[in-house]
Amino acid sequence: MAELQTNEGGGKKKKGGSKQKKIHVHVDFTPMVDMNMLLITFFMLCTSLSKPQTMEIVMPTNKESDLTKKNEVKASDAITILLNGGDSIYYYQGKPDFKDYTKLKRTSYNATTGLRAFLLDRNRLAVAKINDLKKKKQDLLIADSTYLRQVSEIKGGKLTPTVIIKATDQATYKNLVDVLDEMAICRIGKYVIDKYTPGDKYLVKNLETKGNYQSNFAN
Amino acid sequence: MSKVKVARKSTLIDMTAMSDVTVLLLTFFMLTSTFVKKEPVQVKTPGSVSEIKIPETNILQILIDPSGKVFMSLDKQKDMIQTLSDMGNEYGIAFTPEEIQKFKLQKTFGVDIKIMKQFLAQKAEVQDAELQKYGIPTDSLNNQFKKWVQFARKSNGKDMTIAIKADQKTPYKVIKSVMNSLQDLNENRYNLITALKVESSAKKE
Repeated sequence: MAELQTNEGGGKKKKGGSKQKKIHVHVDFTPMVDMNMLLITFFMLCTSLSKPQTMEIVMPTNKESDLTKKNEVKASDAITILLNGGDSIYYYQGKPDFKDYTKLKRTSYNATTGLRAFLLDRNRLAVAKINDLKKKKQDLLIADSTYLRQVSEIKGGKLTPTVIIKATDQATYKNLVDVLDEMAICRIGKYVIDKYTPGDKYLVKNLETKGNYQSNFAN
Repeated sequence: MSKVKVARKSTLIDMTAMSDVTVLLLTFFMLTSTFVKKEPVQVKTPGSVSEIKIPETNILQILIDPSGKVFMSLDKQKDMIQTLSDMGNEYGIAFTPEEIQKFKLQKTFGVDIKIMKQFLAQKAEVQDAELQKYGIPTDSLNNQFKKWVQFARKSNGKDMTIAIKADQKTPYKVIKSVMNSLQDLNENRYNLITALKVESSAKKE
């Protein structure tokens, strides 16, 4: 594999030249390359380059002492999102209206026309403020830590709506993550995952039958 | 007349440069990648725009497959042993040192504690194939999942991160029961593992 070539000078010795022999060392690297390729293949197949992303969520406690602090959301600030099976999604603002079925709106996960458009519009003040801050950060006018603090202040401020997410058993995990994602995109800091109540079920049925369901109950 | 002589050229190619390149590539792969963990079920996580990376160590990973089976994995073997013995105490099962040794080597666990002994008696290859049929019971009458989390927290301490990795198609019902169990234990902060989704509007922001 490795060969040494010694040049014997061919008899013509320069006078006064050094007497060192010139040695050419040839090492054949082909097996080394083979081995490396094998190792690379192994690493490419057995490892993953990307680390998984994660989404941090904080759930409310159900300790008795903290329960009293709940239900302090102003009706005008509240948006309730209902996740149903088959990727259908509904929302209503404020208190549930059992009389008027048109208060419940059907929407979609579509990025331009669906839930996001509505939430961005509801939260436009905060979104605009945060975008301003982001620009300032990009122009190096404010520090990273200031940016993060101010963003969380805006998100938790009085201007932003509070979103209540309720999912039925038929909804999928993807639906839930998608909605949580919308919260991040629309800069909504206050949201909570709550239980789906019979009242919500009633609302959805009422909308589907355009108010006929309501008359069945005959109040 | 002499024939035209074809000059014999040596076909020796110098592989040194090639070798340099491959070694560089190899180093890159070794440094940047992480080994794929063996999981009993294939899970396709939903995409999100979140860019937070999951911490590397001290994670309690909860794996939920589309049919609602729950598996768990802990990354420290010492804590796995402690958690198993706590579980054994709770359900009145004593594990032998061999069984503990076998349990320690499992990457992901998720069988009913009552059949854990029989499960551990099997060979490792059989275990891998069998594991996906089981899953930790999460129903309210026999909520072993809750106990596992409770004991894992006890042996790992405060720094342990809980991460839920569930399939896109998992019904919310299962997620809800897992979340409720965590809520009962006062575990209110946890992570949902997602894949990166590139959102056109997120870029525009």
